[in-house]
Amino acid sequence: MIEIVEPGPLATVQDLGRSGHAGIGVGVSGAADRAAMRLANRLVGNAEGAAAIESTFGGLLLRPDRDVTVAVTGADSQLTVDGRAEPVNTVLRIRAGGSLRVGPPARGLRGYVAVRGGIAVEPVLGSRATDVLSGLGPPQLTAGTRLPIGPAPAEFPVVEHAPIRRGRDGDLELAVVLGPREDWFTEQAISTLLGESFEVSAEINRVGMRLDGPELPRAHTEELPSEGMALGSLQVPPSGRPTLFLADHPVTGGYPVIAVVTAADVDRAAQARPGQRVRFRQVTPDPAKR
Amino acid sequence: MRVLRCADSALLVELADLPAVQALHGELRESTPDGVLDMVPAARTLLLRLDPGRCDPAAVERAVRDVRVGQRRGHDGGLLRVPVVYDGADLAEVAKLTGLTEREVVHEHTEVPWTVAFGGFAPGFGYLTGGSPKLAVPRRGESRTRVPPGAVGLAGEFSGIYPRESPGGWQLIGRTDLEIWRTDREPPALLRPGVRVRFEEVS
Repeated sequence: MIEIVEPGPLATVQDLGRSGHAGIGVGVSGAADRAAMRLANRLVGNAEGAAAIESTFGGLLLRPDRDVTVAVTGADSQLTVDGRAEPVNTVLRIRAGGSLRVGPPARGLRGYVAVRGGIAVEPVLGSRATDVLSGLGPPQLTAGTRLPIGPAPAEFPVVEHAPIRRGRDGDLELAVVLGPREDWFTEQAISTLLGESFEVSAEINRVGMRLDGPELPRAHTEELPSEGMALGSLQVPPSGRPTLFLADHPVTGGYPVIAVVTAADVDRAAQARPGQRVRFRQVTPDPAKR
Repeated sequence: MRVLRCADSALLVELADLPAVQALHGELRESTPDGVLDMVPAARTLLLRLDPGRCDPAAVERAVRDVRVGQRRGHDGGLLRVPVVYDGADLAEVAKLTGLTEREVVHEHTEVPWTVAFGGFAPGFGYLTGGSPKLAVPRRGESRTRVPPGAVGLAGEFSGIYPRESPGGWQLIGRTDLEIWRTDREPPALLRPGVRVRFEEVS
């Protein structure tokens, strides 16, 4: 068991989410920064999709009741094990009754604590992820929550530390592909989207982030029949202020999507903090690597 | 058919109408192209969610364009009987909007069978179509902050049942005790695309 002593602003259990249930209105959910969660799991020898703890803006304090091996990835946080400073992206051991503290991050927003063996709460529709929009999965973690740990995998950690390039401060540049509804917007809106910068507002959660900045005017004002929404969609409501959809986004939506952030860059977007500036760089839909 | 890209995360297939969506969804459910994780049918579109690391969107698009939609009439998901007490808060308003009496609203709702066209809004919520065209009503001017689970409503050409307590703007005509959504049941949703629904009045 791992006991959550302090959860911080928001801590949840996440894995790679639920697939195959969209037709009955169930979204994918899962880690907001999937690349960071996968890395945390690889560091401790878990399967990449094992359930881990997603901490938002740090403030997390936890205490295992047996010896555990953990790794913390994602946001660049100050970590302490029993009060001793430790680095992120590193295999750490915590003794039974010891403690791990994940402090407020200097950069980024979301940290991932993977425990060797994975968090073994009961899955719902094949996933242990908390979906804050639909209410599926385990409740958000509170002081006193006790999380079971699964059996240790056969694999052992192969490296002690993953060298990760530190995210730069300043503007976040995200790759987008225009569409699927770019023809619902004026040419001015497209050039504004690709030429100007936007500010991450305080309206930010696992569902998405509202962006402040120049408005993106529509060419068509009729109502769009609701349609399926992709992860990373930049949906533009009548206000003209776009929302970038993250892990717990709704399955369908009724406002047009001007562009979609590529899957890899959705992970980076999930680390953006209120006040940070975002720019969008257009890429072609078929990446050259294929 | 128009196939629109959603970066490397999805393809949005735009079709002429709902029957065309249901037909393509039915075919793709029988034979799903590699790399498609999930499908979201809607009124005029089918979203194909892709596995970005292991999928070539162009190949999936070719596979979708090659689908020959046969005579399959959507997906037959069986018949679900839904017992309803018709005492909804908007029943009188629906009668006024449709020019029917309250009894005639109940008659139209129970007499004509419905089919789940697609899900969305919330887990377990199904958009029911194919019912009586006489029951087409606009949403309420202001949505309610709390609609109880099991509430049966109308909006546009659709009917629906709220799976759990939530906000909602549909015109409420009745309620059912049937648990249409339970995560500890397989399948968790009773209203899946293709399921036909017969409402039955109980008192």
